[in-house]
Amino acid sequence: MSTERIVPALVEALRIASTILPEDVVEALRRARGGETSEIARAQLDAILENVGIARDGSIPMCQDTGTQTFFVEAGVRSPFLGEIRDWIAAAVVDATAAIPLRPNTVDPFTGANPGDNTGRFMPFLDWDLVDGDEIRVTVLPKGGGSENMSTVKMLPPGVGIKGIKKAVVEHIVASGGKPCPPTVVGVGIGGGADIALKLGKKAILRPLGSANPEPAAARLERELLELINMTGVGPMGVGGATTSLAVHVEYAHRHPASLPLGILVQCWADRRAHVLITPDGTAEVIS
Amino acid sequence: MSHQTKHLTLPIGEAEARALRVGDILYLTGRIFTARDEAHLTMLEAHERGEPLPFAPGEMALFHCGPVVRQVGDGWEVIAAGPTTSVRMEIFEDRFLETFAPRIVIGKGGMGARTQAGLEKVGAVYTHYTGGAGALAAKRIERVEDVHWLDKLGMPGAAWIFAVREFGPLLVTMDSSGGSLYRDLEPTIAENMKAVAARIDAS
Repeated sequence: MSTERIVPALVEALRIASTILPEDVVEALRRARGGETSEIARAQLDAILENVGIARDGSIPMCQDTGTQTFFVEAGVRSPFLGEIRDWIAAAVVDATAAIPLRPNTVDPFTGANPGDNTGRFMPFLDWDLVDGDEIRVTVLPKGGGSENMSTVKMLPPGVGIKGIKKAVVEHIVASGGKPCPPTVVGVGIGGGADIALKLGKKAILRPLGSANPEPAAARLERELLELINMTGVGPMGVGGATTSLAVHVEYAHRHPASLPLGILVQCWADRRAHVLITPDGTAEVIS
Repeated sequence: MSHQTKHLTLPIGEAEARALRVGDILYLTGRIFTARDEAHLTMLEAHERGEPLPFAPGEMALFHCGPVVRQVGDGWEVIAAGPTTSVRMEIFEDRFLETFAPRIVIGKGGMGARTQAGLEKVGAVYTHYTGGAGALAAKRIERVEDVHWLDKLGMPGAAWIFAVREFGPLLVTMDSSGGSLYRDLEPTIAENMKAVAARIDAS
């Protein structure tokens, strides 16, 4: 019974994420358009904004790279659906691939075979967080390959300090140039370990655009990094301009004394996301 | 940098391609074909075996793109078709240009020295289309004329032949006389990075 309600809600979340850019991102792109003086930089942002409108009005994917479907599951430990949610998400991905449609983007690394429905070994990938309560909150992140290819982890010597982090992030964004489809959203994960820094970086890009980390030191780093990145002049699509990134979000964990892991997660301008809240009575609410 | 807007009907010849310059904005009408990594390789391998290609790449523009396409009856409908990151094709684009001589390459993110040399040798330009603008691009595609190697390469990897009208805006960022918008930007960015480094040191 719940399958009949929850799977369609998950499909709807995938449709919203793929076709409607969140308003905070649209607003940031409009502001970026207003801040550009170069004709060719403005032309890039105009094309993006026109494209976003066509996608929203026609309910079609805003980018042909509809991404790999990654799900962040905040699972209340008393939810009655902990056993079913994985299967429901996989079913929703198959349905959404045909219905929206999404590009089949899961490829077997050994054979090159593509099952055609965006499923495969470990795909769709679920990131689990167990939380208190009886609800499940699912966030869908359809992330494109071009920007994910520019994500990286660096194991810095701790002696370089926060200055070293700033330098490494800006240099990496400049080296990435137009490849991740700027203006980007940059998620910076610090500490933990190599995998943890990357995971924190990815969680950072899920936050509302431009929201500040509650820790003042991290919030200050976010502001500084955004200013520094936008001083470089890489610009929209790497053709030169004032806005290379729309936002920088920082998340951190304590680190090993010998390590300063830095995860840099690059998200293209199409910062697509949507949420589904599943309550214990089996209803599911889609939140864009 | 001049900004000439040009509306071109494909195919264009070598002289016409050599007249295009960095900063020109193009709108194309005619046929374009998509090719990502695997389609490049498939076409080059077929050529090496002496096999004829099922279409004439020299008369079309080459589009680095893996589209979302939906089957409608016997035909196809393009849902979204923006450019993919071009630099992946850098390892064989010079050979591809010399073999098939498409006069206009469409992609995003720019390409490297090998492609630049190929453009100069053959007489062709690299153009930048706004990354991710897949819905906008699809609107300018009138119809799907054909598809090749769909079974082997899948929807994103296949070579799709699109009939397009006023496909653009395409910004010429690398031309056949050695011009490169990306190279022109390098000194500006290097200068900006000095200011960035000074700010970081003072923080």
